[in-house]
Amino acid sequence: MLFPWNNNANSKDCAKSRLKLIIAHDRASINSDMLMAMREEILDVVARYVEVDREEMEFSLSNDQRMTSLTANLPIRQIKRLGELQKQLQENNGIDLQKIEVVEIDRNEDNAKSNPK
Amino acid sequence: MSRIIVVTSGKGGVGKTTTTSNLGAALAKQNRSVALIDADFGLRNLDLLLGLEERVVYTALDVLAGECRLAQALVKDKRLKGLVLLPAAQNRNKEAVRPEQMQKIATALAKGYDYILIDCPAGIELGFRNAISAAQEALIVTTPEVAAVRDADRVIGLLEAEGVNKISLIVNRVKPHMVEENKMMSVEDVLELLGVPLIGVVPDDEKVIESTNRGEPLVLGEHESTPAIAYTNIARRLEGEKVPFLDLLANQGNILSRLRKIFGG
Repeated sequence: MLFPWNNNANSKDCAKSRLKLIIAHDRASINSDMLMAMREEILDVVARYVEVDREEMEFSLSNDQRMTSLTANLPIRQIKRLGELQKQLQENNGIDLQKIEVVEIDRNEDNAKSNPK
Repeated sequence: MSRIIVVTSGKGGVGKTTTTSNLGAALAKQNRSVALIDADFGLRNLDLLLGLEERVVYTALDVLAGECRLAQALVKDKRLKGLVLLPAAQNRNKEAVRPEQMQKIATALAKGYDYILIDCPAGIELGFRNAISAAQEALIVTTPEVAAVRDADRVIGLLEAEGVNKISLIVNRVKPHMVEENKMMSVEDVLELLGVPLIGVVPDDEKVIESTNRGEPLVLGEHESTPAIAYTNIARRLEGEKVPFLDLLANQGNILSRLRKIFGG
């Protein structure tokens, strides 16, 4: 570099990197409607497999040292029976992934009962 | 089919009202009928920038109170056929109107005009919600500064949540020589951060202040200035025309800065 005084002139990059962080932060924290919608959707999926205690559960977005994370604490009341689960999944013939999972559960039935996914 | 467009920014003082007045005048100059709504109740300024302040008789609030007809409250711009202003009330605060009322006015105006441009107040409270309630599209005005860009992002999020999905960005007060020296974010930087399509770039220019001193939108001036061309181009892009963005560095830069660019990297 021929002109050393150019070195400390680059405040633009500073502005940009600061904005990148703060905008990500703002975007994660504003939309409570979106958070609610996501909560319901996640609960729907979880509820297919286990019964969740809706009163005791916690669901929150938190910011820690500029990292945003989603924390869900869902106490399980009861684990569904395999037969019940299969029936539900057959009715809900939406996604292929689910079918694959049922086949796997069938093979190790004992395992699946104590530790359903 | 008329278009209802809100001009908003979140942060104050970035050029919403200047943009609204110039775009209104530029569209009217292109033979479009345009109604400008000042939604900044309590702090109205659009009348002043348009030079129409002395001709304001009724305001939007009088229309809503039934004290006059909508057509009576509209102030016609004598310089431009097809340009009218619906002034905001000055003696009341932003809480004087509700979103449904604003919607009613804008929809009524949409029957008679090609464009309804709504000049939004700063902030994201009731005044903002009023201004965006009727809008189908939004023009976000920002400057290449941290506070303005952050607020713009916030406002874009709120607009999307309200279902206003046609959002375009105007980057105002760009200082090309500072951008060149990496002392100011470039238009590309701002675009990358905000992620909405660009519709205009307006350079920082003293002529903007001069034109507001006179109450005469720049696009009406006799001498063509760079910001006037920039505003006219935005109006043309609104009309669907493909207009290349101005090269703001074209007639910029002295020998010294060019040399520095070559040697300093």
